[in-house]
Amino acid sequence: MATPATPAHADALPPAQSAPWAITLKWVLVAAALILCLFVATRVAQQGYALAVVGAAFVAMAVLVVYGTRKSVPAKYLLPGLLLLLGLQVWPIVYTAATSFTNYGQGHLVSKEEATNQDVAYSVQQVAGSQTYGLSVAVKDGTDIMAAPLYFLLTDEKGKNFVGDSKGLHPLEGDVTMGLGHIKSAEGYRILKLGEANKRKDLSGFAVPTSDGRGIKASGVTQAFEGAPTLKWDKDKDTITDSVTGTVYVEKDARWVPKSGDASPLPVGWKENVGLKNYSELFTNPTIRKGFLGIFAWNMAFAVLSVLTTFILGMLLALLLNDPRIKGRSIYRSLLILPYAVPVFVSALVWASMFNQDYGLINNLTGLHVDWFGDPWAARAAILLTNLWLGFPYMFVVCTGALQSIPGDVMEAARIDGAGPLRTLRSITMPLLLVAVGPLLIASFAFNFNNFGLIYLLTKGGPFTGESAQIGSTDLLITYAFRLAIDGTSPNFGLASSVAVIIFIIVALLSFPGFLRSKALEEVN
Amino acid sequence: MSVASGPLQPGVPAEPGPRTASGTATSPAAASSGEAGGTHPRAPRVGGGVWWRHLLALLALAFALFPLLFMLSAALNPSGTLSSTSLLPAGVSFDNFSKLFNDESRPFVSWYKNALIIATAGSIFSVFIGACAAFAFSRLRFRGRRAMLLALLLLQMFPALLAFVGLYITFSKIGEVLPPFGLNTLWGLILVYMGGAMGSNVWLLKGYFDTVPKELDEAAFVDGASHARVFFSLTLPLVRPILVTVFMVSFVGLFGEFMLASIFLTDVDRQTLGVGLYGMTFGTQRNALFGQFAAGALLSSLPIMALYLAFQRQLIGGLTTGSVK
Repeated sequence: MATPATPAHADALPPAQSAPWAITLKWVLVAAALILCLFVATRVAQQGYALAVVGAAFVAMAVLVVYGTRKSVPAKYLLPGLLLLLGLQVWPIVYTAATSFTNYGQGHLVSKEEATNQDVAYSVQQVAGSQTYGLSVAVKDGTDIMAAPLYFLLTDEKGKNFVGDSKGLHPLEGDVTMGLGHIKSAEGYRILKLGEANKRKDLSGFAVPTSDGRGIKASGVTQAFEGAPTLKWDKDKDTITDSVTGTVYVEKDARWVPKSGDASPLPVGWKENVGLKNYSELFTNPTIRKGFLGIFAWNMAFAVLSVLTTFILGMLLALLLNDPRIKGRSIYRSLLILPYAVPVFVSALVWASMFNQDYGLINNLTGLHVDWFGDPWAARAAILLTNLWLGFPYMFVVCTGALQSIPGDVMEAARIDGAGPLRTLRSITMPLLLVAVGPLLIASFAFNFNNFGLIYLLTKGGPFTGESAQIGSTDLLITYAFRLAIDGTSPNFGLASSVAVIIFIIVALLSFPGFLRSKALEEVN
Repeated sequence: MSVASGPLQPGVPAEPGPRTASGTATSPAAASSGEAGGTHPRAPRVGGGVWWRHLLALLALAFALFPLLFMLSAALNPSGTLSSTSLLPAGVSFDNFSKLFNDESRPFVSWYKNALIIATAGSIFSVFIGACAAFAFSRLRFRGRRAMLLALLLLQMFPALLAFVGLYITFSKIGEVLPPFGLNTLWGLILVYMGGAMGSNVWLLKGYFDTVPKELDEAAFVDGASHARVFFSLTLPLVRPILVTVFMVSFVGLFGEFMLASIFLTDVDRQTLGVGLYGMTFGTQRNALFGQFAAGALLSSLPIMALYLAFQRQLIGGLTTGSVK
């Protein structure tokens, strides 16, 4: 049963009573965990993430203290789970909340120093005798192709390969496959395809700074050249001056804008704290506010209606089949569970196809010609119907369980007192049923409130009939945040995070009363 | 089930699950006059008969099954387009399946493999980590135990997907330092799913661990066994049923998880079934690819459906206490 999991799981046998192989295994795992920590620490130190180095050191210390000594037995069992919980659940929540107070997003990804250097480097002009390079645009393997730092993989006229980032130029190490004058693939890098490179709006403002304030800039996506910049950053006055046109740029909204206002701002902005600006944007910008409130209203309605419809259908079926005279009840029950047993991505996609306007089964069978995903109300109806299909088996199952746990003598007593079937249902069955499944209804509400998969797979939040192309008629808050951060054309992590924080607050408000009342609070001893 | 799950509802008594085995239901009707209905199913004396119940149940069955029938019909449809698919199979052909397995730009087998790797590895780690923590919470007494249990409960209200911006940026940075664990890697995604491993299952597991008599541990300790020996050789075998339940619940959850998988896995041969199949259903080719998609969808849902039918009680019981779909 001892599944060798991650090294941190070194099982902790007190030396006195343990078999030699167990002690050896334990120390091998502890050593492996320490080496891994050391490796991670050196890698993050190279990249300059001070906080991560401290984190790795802390993990190493914790592993050594917990598994190397006999101080605390519980810690030996809790450490792996705790580290994962802190690192992968608590930290992302904290980080999301912190991001919601910044302008982090495309065009605002780096510090002011780096951003300004890039702006200056980008102003280079090609002059006679400029060195030219074959170019491939890449990101590090395993990073995000839409928002990760860009790298220029460059091949000079002599065929020598370099890699340039926003800080400078270095020789390129590792295996390289050459294409026509430029690099086709390189170890450790993910080369962007033409379409992907075109989607990177920041590419147009990217340049690799080289010596003496010169820079390498792309011309097209397979060619680059080196030249001298025309912009100069005066750090004391905090202005940038263009030596050719004489335009003076000043800082505004985390980017350089021309003082006179008659030219476009410099392409690269920087990341900075914006306080509550993202939140005030959601509530004061007229377009966003209207859309946001609309999304919120639909989000609530969707969650409430989903719970109600699935519960009512599930309960009616449970009552219907809770009669021992019906033969083949177990067959009915097994088959009725099937929709629940299909992975959601399959059923949502099948339903999406059935709602297709031209070829879909629904329009074919009913003889209608409804544009299910083109009309906001039809799309909402389609979503609720699909979710009814997905969710009623669960409610059927829990209601069946609850009905069967109602004691027989209670029903017997009602019958003796002369209550008819309807009266029994209203005064005995329903109250007992609701007590049993009430908490599950709340949980179901909380789940549907963030039912990303269903909406995304069915409508992607569309149709987009409103004033803003970012706000769809069937968007939930979570799909809206997703579009802002990842799926849209220009990621705005700051705004997306503030939407996520608002969802957090709503979920907390909705579930905290239940948490306080839960029996678990008393049961823990 | 770590990521795809809703919050744990602590106040809920463990539902018994569907007692599908006939005869276990002891509803009052059975105890009284209703019993006679068994001998005269068409003409019972009380309640007006059961034929209308059969009728309504059959209607419900039709509603429950017609999308699945449609999927089956599309998968077997010889021409393989959405426009030519009807509710009942027009003919039987396995063309869609062979297209599915031979489509180089849509590597279905890789998707399947990735989904299985992620769901299996994720569930094994999740069960092991959860069992370790549950052992500590159930068997050992230490300072901060109650506070930690309650903190876990509180944290469960916030599904990991709400913090997707933080996860996304963090893993993008991890990718710069440790490429095998960054975005667009299976291990990165498994790691994300692991974040909730402890929280989501500990309460369920602890409840079961509590039912194993403490006297057994004490006897073993007296005999000179170490705590690790008690955990691995005594407790774990005794709680195997709940380990199996938790494994299956998280397997089903991870197999079907879509949001984080679609954020993380961008390369077509690193995707899971959900992300890959989704890619087949939009764009200009959606009509032509529908048969192929349906074949893939059918093959994706069969193992999970089989699991459900075979382990209905455990799965539904686990889902009822642990999460909601």
